[in-house]
Amino acid sequence: MSDVLRMENVGIDYANRRTRMRIVDDVSLSIGPGEALGLVGESGCGKSTLALAALSYLPRGMRVSSGRVLFDGRDLATLDDAALRSLRGNRVAMVYQDPMSSLNPVVTIGRQLVEVPMLHGERSAAAARDRAIAMLAEVRLPDPERMMSRYPHELSGGQQQRVVIAMALMAEPALLILDEPTTGLDVTIEAAILDLVRELRRKFGTAILFISHNLGTVARICDRIGVLYAGRLVETGDIRAVFGAPAHPYTRGLLAALPRLEAGRGGARLTPVAGTLTAADRARVGCAFSPRCSHALPAACDAGPVPMLPADAEPGHVARCARLEAVRDSRPATPAAEATRGRDEDSPVLLDVRDLSMVYAIGGGLSGGPRAELRALSDVSLAADAGRTLAVVGESGSGKSTLAKLLSGLVTASEGQALFAGADLAALPVDERPADLKRRLQMVFQNPDSTLNPSHSIEHAVVRPLRLLRGLGRAQAKEAAARLLERVRLPADMLRRMPHQLSGGQRQRVALARAFAGDPQLVIADEPTSALDVSVQAAIVNLLAELQDASGIALLLISHDLALVRHMADRVAVLYLGRIVEYGPADLVFAPPWHPYTKALLAAAPRPDPDAPEPEVILGGVMPSPLDPPKGCVFASRCPRRIGPVCDTTPPPVRHPAPGLTVACHLEIADLPS
Amino acid sequence: MTETDRAAPEGLAVAPVRRTGRAFAARGAKGLKAALTASPIATLGGAIILFWAICAVLAPWLAPYPPNQLDPMALVDPFPSAQHWLGTDQLGRDILSRLLWGARTVLTVAPVAVLAAAVVGTLLGLVSGYRGGVVDALVMRVGDVMLAFPQIILYLIVITKFGASALNIVLVIAVTKAPIIARIVRAVTLDVRNRDYVAAARMRGESTLHILLVEILPNARGPLIVDIFLRLGYTTIAIGVLGFLGIGLPPPDPDWGGMIKESYGLLFVYPHMTLIPAVAVSSLVVGFNFLATGIREASFDV
Repeated sequence: MSDVLRMENVGIDYANRRTRMRIVDDVSLSIGPGEALGLVGESGCGKSTLALAALSYLPRGMRVSSGRVLFDGRDLATLDDAALRSLRGNRVAMVYQDPMSSLNPVVTIGRQLVEVPMLHGERSAAAARDRAIAMLAEVRLPDPERMMSRYPHELSGGQQQRVVIAMALMAEPALLILDEPTTGLDVTIEAAILDLVRELRRKFGTAILFISHNLGTVARICDRIGVLYAGRLVETGDIRAVFGAPAHPYTRGLLAALPRLEAGRGGARLTPVAGTLTAADRARVGCAFSPRCSHALPAACDAGPVPMLPADAEPGHVARCARLEAVRDSRPATPAAEATRGRDEDSPVLLDVRDLSMVYAIGGGLSGGPRAELRALSDVSLAADAGRTLAVVGESGSGKSTLAKLLSGLVTASEGQALFAGADLAALPVDERPADLKRRLQMVFQNPDSTLNPSHSIEHAVVRPLRLLRGLGRAQAKEAAARLLERVRLPADMLRRMPHQLSGGQRQRVALARAFAGDPQLVIADEPTSALDVSVQAAIVNLLAELQDASGIALLLISHDLALVRHMADRVAVLYLGRIVEYGPADLVFAPPWHPYTKALLAAAPRPDPDAPEPEVILGGVMPSPLDPPKGCVFASRCPRRIGPVCDTTPPPVRHPAPGLTVACHLEIADLPS
Repeated sequence: MTETDRAAPEGLAVAPVRRTGRAFAARGAKGLKAALTASPIATLGGAIILFWAICAVLAPWLAPYPPNQLDPMALVDPFPSAQHWLGTDQLGRDILSRLLWGARTVLTVAPVAVLAAAVVGTLLGLVSGYRGGVVDALVMRVGDVMLAFPQIILYLIVITKFGASALNIVLVIAVTKAPIIARIVRAVTLDVRNRDYVAAARMRGESTLHILLVEILPNARGPLIVDIFLRLGYTTIAIGVLGFLGIGLPPPDPDWGGMIKESYGLLFVYPHMTLIPAVAVSSLVVGFNFLATGIREASFDV
């Protein structure tokens, strides 16, 4: 038996005092030495549970109730605690999503790293220390010697994740499990981490189980892929075979739901995966996906368990679908064409932001500490037009959320103006805005968990804005609320539900309904889909576009997802350290990318294509502190195309390589596209 | 809502475990009922409190004698007997009757005092947490001073100055307990005020009062209810202590602390006179604490 990890018909049950539930059903997979298998699926599909089963480390209440998990040919169920302990850490290691919760905040990096070999047989502390330093260099952390004496909080998120990976590799495991290792990190850092994982794999020959909801990251790392749905493996095979010719309708749906970087703002809609996964689907004897599948035939799909069938000539490419031929012969779902809209027409400018700056004063006063200025935004100028989408992109810390807070009046600007509906938003905190201004500007927030008050029903969230912003009476507002829910495709009886009874996507729909309750003119959407699964994201994105078409609002989209921005935006502003480095029509900003930073962002964005070229530039380093911004070009410290000292000393000139496009860079226009 | 919580072996990180921490806060009264049935300790606490509540309500009908009626015959043999199930005290008054009437006193004064503390504390906590700055600093520092002051001395000063009455006891307890409740509500407010739904409420023009009472306060329900039951327990002790020090409700009205005080000199001769009211006080305190613990378990466990 040569496989490192082998799962044979594994089923995992969860039981507590009240319920019993099958989490994972009949999953078989294997990972050979040095192989990388990607597991994808939407949240709740059982990805992480499978990973924990590979460690025999299931949470309380869960157990492997059928099948076998073999590690190095040994059945994990037959091993005692001591044997399992030596297995974990020696032969298999795991990297979790949030590095901060994997690292002990009160112990130095060095001690945490040295602990690993010391626990697994190393006698000499000095030798363990040397190995730890070597491993920190291996994960490309600067100055490993000094890194050893640092504490986790002194490191950036990307550096922390590198330390966790170093820790996992200290024992030279045969299998490395990565559970969403880059979720929550910026695209540039994500690209660098993925690059590192690939290189380490080449070097150490470690097998990898890579868990992700992002098809793009899986495409960059893995040889093979397994697609999970409702705890069942629905398709597996070579990554090129699956991405090239997806066989299962769910896999096809996932791929169709992704916004693509290559496609422009052509007006096409995304194709969401219809319906939602329900608890009843998990218990189905037949195909779990059939209630959401357009190819489903009750006689074929719901009659009995569907076995894994060969999907095509490619060996090892199998799918759990009873109607493979019918699915294969059907054309991949094509997005419905959008109602034609005069894209080229001039539309009136609704929001005109001029030289907006935001400076936070830090320290001083009673709390002590030296007084300092934090420049979160610096001389930002942009405009949003009626019926159009303006996207603001950038890494975390670039000031995009500050801009949203400023415009929504949750903070007040230090300098500059933001003219909207005859008022200067920059000088008007939300509580001082007249009711009509509040009605015209609404916001959709990022986190579906905190966008709705957990203590109040959906009705409260929708009726209150109707009453306050539209001045409706109680009865009228209730009627209007039902109509509003209809507009965001939610059933009217949803009004009586509590937020915790809704899925993330449904909550985001309610948030949209709330924002559109007063017929706004400008809606700020701060990462409206970043916490949602791709299949749900597509539906929300389409809904936003639909609402925008119907009402002609200007949409200010804040996002770090360039593919999404490419899909939605008419105009793009690229923000770095509070400054706009590139601004203009989306088509011009993206093709070709002019500014070196835009180019780096685009290169880093994961593409769901195993044959995508490796990114030419991977941004290293971290964004400088806004407390001490560089005197010259803010991007100079990380710029791959830095000219020389001029970049460090002089702020870059604003160039206009094309009409309507501004680029802040020292490079001559002719040299900008490369 | 998902939090991680598991110790991990050899440097492996923790497994994500879904917890329903805020579910109770969201369910409110239904959650209280659920906690009572789901947690055995809450059921036990609830049963003890219910028992004393029934005693208090039905005291006029349950009590075999008027609480202050003297039975000179019983003075010879005050131990429990067929006439006096729990015996009589040093003046020949029926202990059972005094116990039942005493339950009335404590179960009126304690809830009223704690409710007053909860109302004052909640308002202070909300305003303090939401406004921040000088208001917050002022409220919290004054609260700190109150908490730093030995409470029993404060009771002594107030009661000796203004006289022993139910109203004064309620007032002094409300004033001393309010800062604790204010702290709890403030902590929740600090967390909730930065949530997106509060921003959304501000953006649609809700008044500050609405935001405080409708958007923020309901989310403090869980910790608030737990703490109110804990405070009820402590207040029961405080009332007992006041009675024992002789500055509780003026005699001859029955009061558990007073009953202990009047008889503890005879502890080794007639132990039942002291022990029975002592057990009554303890059981009620334990009941409140059990209920608080049970609710907390039911709301923060998987």
